[in-house]
Amino acid sequence: MGLQSWQREKLVHGFFLLVGASGVIILLLIFLFLVREGLPIFEVVSVVDFIFGTQWYPTYDPADYGIFSLIVGSLCVVGMSSLIAVPVGVCTAIYLAEIAHPRTRSILKPVIELIEGLPTVVIGFFGMVVMAPFLQNLLDLNTGLNIFNASIMLAFMAVPTIASISEDAIYSVPGHVKEGSMALGATHWETISRVILPASLAGISTAVVLGIARAIGETMVVLMVAGGAAMMPESVFDPVRPMPASIAAEMGEAPFRSNHYHALFAIGLVLFVFTFVFNLIASWLSERHRQVGEANL
Amino acid sequence: MKPLYKRKFSQGIAFSLFRGASYINVLVLAVFIGFIAINGISAISWEFLTQMPRESMTEGGILPCIIGTIYISLGAILVAFPLGVGTAIYLNEFAGEGRWTRILRMGIINLAGVPSVVYGLFGLGFFVILLGMGVSLLAGALTLGAFILPLIIGSAEESLRSIPQSYREASLALGATKWQTIYKMVLPAAFPGMLTGFILGVSRAAGETAPIMFTAAVYSTGKLPSSIFDEIMVMPYHIYVLATAGTSIDKTRPLQYGTALVLICLVLGLNLAAIIIRNRLQKKL
Repeated sequence: MGLQSWQREKLVHGFFLLVGASGVIILLLIFLFLVREGLPIFEVVSVVDFIFGTQWYPTYDPADYGIFSLIVGSLCVVGMSSLIAVPVGVCTAIYLAEIAHPRTRSILKPVIELIEGLPTVVIGFFGMVVMAPFLQNLLDLNTGLNIFNASIMLAFMAVPTIASISEDAIYSVPGHVKEGSMALGATHWETISRVILPASLAGISTAVVLGIARAIGETMVVLMVAGGAAMMPESVFDPVRPMPASIAAEMGEAPFRSNHYHALFAIGLVLFVFTFVFNLIASWLSERHRQVGEANL
Repeated sequence: MKPLYKRKFSQGIAFSLFRGASYINVLVLAVFIGFIAINGISAISWEFLTQMPRESMTEGGILPCIIGTIYISLGAILVAFPLGVGTAIYLNEFAGEGRWTRILRMGIINLAGVPSVVYGLFGLGFFVILLGMGVSLLAGALTLGAFILPLIIGSAEESLRSIPQSYREASLALGATKWQTIYKMVLPAAFPGMLTGFILGVSRAAGETAPIMFTAAVYSTGKLPSSIFDEIMVMPYHIYVLATAGTSIDKTRPLQYGTALVLICLVLGLNLAAIIIRNRLQKKL
């Protein structure tokens, strides 16, 4: 006995509804597991001591679980890499969307996509074996594995994200807006700086926020290049231990369900919250971006 | 108002700045690949690609890493491709513009933003420990599959969106049901576009390290994987371990460069293939 055709359609719909929910289910599971394995650490330290404590000695006796120096490490590396990646990324996007000859564009775009596809472990490897000795000799440092080096490598990774999303935003500014400005006698540069960029600002901000979010969560580069010292840095040439690096480096040694293990999951939770907030900001910005168009110009 | 020549002058300066910034990307990529290629090429030989490591990794080849990387990235795509395409079909063909759809989309955007090392923690807690899979090819493939899911959904949805609405309407007007329309009209037309997502997914899975550090990859297995519950060696993790741990970091330097070069060739080759397929498709449309 076969199913009636309407019954089969209902079944198919239900099936796809279930499959369609898989992304949300995985996101919830990730959050649940971080909470389940991370929360027990707060029976040992208070939330405030965990986040604002500057001593990270998880294997000492008595152990210290303060991750403030790890958070500062992450923020330093990400902040400094943004200083490089945001200008380069946005300038690249403007060039691609507005200035480049179609043939130049057809070469540049794949190059940027290829950079985005590079395995992060290889970027970290390059930072370790090429960039670190180079910086060490050039600037006469104790170690080439430091904030500065990690920021450059992270920037290298963040530029494609920022460039490709910004380019879409610039590209989506309606053509007649640009033509109107040019017809009034503005040069191409004046049109870009006074008309096109303000109109695509929300989209560019989304790109920047997403680029930063990606840099915060990036693991292999900071694990291999940032130096690994869980201390408060005093200069950009000091080594740091950003949060993802700490998780990746220590999880192998932490005994199952020990305080150290729970503390590492709690760091994962902090990281999750950081990137979640950044993504919410990005979504909010791109919602606003959608309203830019003919209606309010 | 400033005279025109001054305005043209500042335009020239600004434009060369933009041009310079874009060319930096090309330069950096070239330097990067150049360094790895020049140092890695001497390590690569037939033996390097087809033999087991010897003398505690200081000699011999990387065969188990190559096999492990192929297995785990194919495993990941096997998990992620059906789920991703299914999700895209639901979002693009079935779902309306309601609150539920907004939640789904929001979830997928945030899933794409979850740090790779957090996927590793999730895989450790869920697949390795709770489901009892242990550190294994299976646990790693499932974790990596979750990691590349948002990418697959994104590209599948894009190719579904590029199918003209008139295709669907024509099929429905001929009396086909919704499922028949999707199965016989929409999917075959969207398939070539989904193929780029498939290739990019494999490439992303092959190059990623953090999600499989605690779920599948180990420093040495001594043999090729023979079941899905075996621990495996993979190229990204091999590079990381050889470059950072162990007593003979300098002695294994050529092997590190060699492995990095093989990995880059694999990943960039796949990416290039995806870009070429996509450009062909765009010309056709």
